Amino acid sequence: MSIQRRELLAALGTGATAALAGCSGVLGNEGGDPGVAGETLTLTTTTSTYDTGLLDALNKPFQEMYGVTVDAVAQGTGQALETARNGDSDVVMVHARSLEDEFMREGYGVNRRDLMFNDFVIVGPESDPAGIEGMGSAADAFAAIADAEAQFVSRGDNSGTHTKELIVWEEAGAEPGGNWYQETGQGMGEVLNIANEQGGYTLSDRGTYLSQRSDIELTILVQGPIEGGPELLANPYGILAVNPAVHDNVNYDLAMAYIGYVTSPQGQQVIEDYTSNGEQLFFPRALTEDPDFEQYVPDGWSAESEE
Amino acid sequence: MKGVGSHAVLVVLADALGALPLRPLLTVFPDVAGPLFVDFPFETQYVTSIVYVSLYVSVLAVTISTLVSIPIALVVGFSDFPGKRLVTAVINTGMGFPSVVVGLLVLFAVSNQGPLGELNLVFTKEAMIMSQFVLATPPITGISLAAVTSVRADVRDAAFALGGTRTDVALTVVKEARYGIATAVLAGFGRAISEVGSVLIVGGNIAGAGGVSKTRTLTTAIQLEARQGRYGTAMVLGALLVALVLVVNAVVVRLGDGGTLR
Repeated sequence: MSIQRRELLAALGTGATAALAGCSGVLGNEGGDPGVAGETLTLTTTTSTYDTGLLDALNKPFQEMYGVTVDAVAQGTGQALETARNGDSDVVMVHARSLEDEFMREGYGVNRRDLMFNDFVIVGPESDPAGIEGMGSAADAFAAIADAEAQFVSRGDNSGTHTKELIVWEEAGAEPGGNWYQETGQGMGEVLNIANEQGGYTLSDRGTYLSQRSDIELTILVQGPIEGGPELLANPYGILAVNPAVHDNVNYDLAMAYIGYVTSPQGQQVIEDYTSNGEQLFFPRALTEDPDFEQYVPDGWSAESEE
Repeated sequence: MKGVGSHAVLVVLADALGALPLRPLLTVFPDVAGPLFVDFPFETQYVTSIVYVSLYVSVLAVTISTLVSIPIALVVGFSDFPGKRLVTAVINTGMGFPSVVVGLLVLFAVSNQGPLGELNLVFTKEAMIMSQFVLATPPITGISLAAVTSVRADVRDAAFALGGTRTDVALTVVKEARYGIATAVLAGFGRAISEVGSVLIVGGNIAGAGGVSKTRTLTTAIQLEARQGRYGTAMVLGALLVALVLVVNAVVVRLGDGGTLR
């Protein structure tokens, strides 16, 4: 009985969708080209790569080269990986190694590559009520903020930045909470705006901060490793294809073509050359003469298998 | 064909926008509004494609909703059956159904893991139309129902007495109730085009690298601008959305008038 009902529902749904899809023929691109031309690649990524405008610059040459369309969906790292887990995207570009590793261990992701990096910075109001300016340790700075109970605005959205923030709190031995700590569940840009309005501190990736700097009054109080700050604030981006053995509907060929392109000398040059307000936001990391085998496997994987 | 027409309308719209209603803003917020209106802050193609997607999705969803809603309103309005009050209550509750919840449900349905996964509808306009259909149908049905039931019984009786079939009677009722139904359609359209939660979830707010919208609507574009702290440009898009709703309202009301004058 219940199976019949489900079949009926599926049939109804299919019919309705076919009717809807029929209406949209106006927009469909009917290309008769061979190969991948005309296909669409769905990329789920983070707000930081999208909002800085890097993706537009990166995707344009790829689209022209292959005659394809890249649909970039800007989500947080957690949500981007979740979308891929459901088989709704073909390739993921994110920045939280621990979450990427989990994704690979579960079998959803294959062929991970290091892509690029920038760093996180701790920003806050110029008055700096917790007195963290110029501190050499991110953990000490967070501990000082917690001690002073100064306003801190958190992403609170399971994004790469949020993941990093929680790691720093743990290093600091402080438990964030209370009136001074706000979880917003918003993107980086929105969080910078909130911190700006409230005169609070926040952890931001340098790229989003730089691209938004002209609109806000927050300043960098603790630098990341690019400007000589602590290594803890490094922000590496990785790219992974969704495993076609798990989700056979994904466009694996095109996903690999895309990974090939962004890690090629040409793609890396686009990243190198991309600037906002005259400053470089991301630093390419895919090309090196010394092989780094760790980028292909979850952290600590080989040690584990030797045991 | 269709695209060309809407683009032409838009250029006029964008011009009118710069010239007319926003000028007073210049005096209120000279430092904010000043630089914005000197040069329109977007590529024309970007804005036209966003408006096109907004209209395409909302108009189609509302059209399908209307085709479904009016028969339901007629049937529920003119027949008595057990549970009629319950049906009415469900319709009225649906008017307040949160759009993010609808977005989530549609996402589960169209996701690769869901019952419609085979069709690859995630992050497409079709998925957005589905969620907006779900959102627009209850208000259109509810308000149409109120309009239809308020048509006086003797109108129906007269139509029937003059030898009308059931269809004739229904058409007469719809004609009598056309202002109420137009209001219903406008309410549904207003809900669809101003809604941001579900289209963001199922559509993904996608614009191509060339600056052409695929599933980005005015509302999700506004959300994107606001997220990046560009409140000024977000306001421009907001004004465009309001202008668009105004134009659609004017057109629908005009169509209603045309019916009476003839």
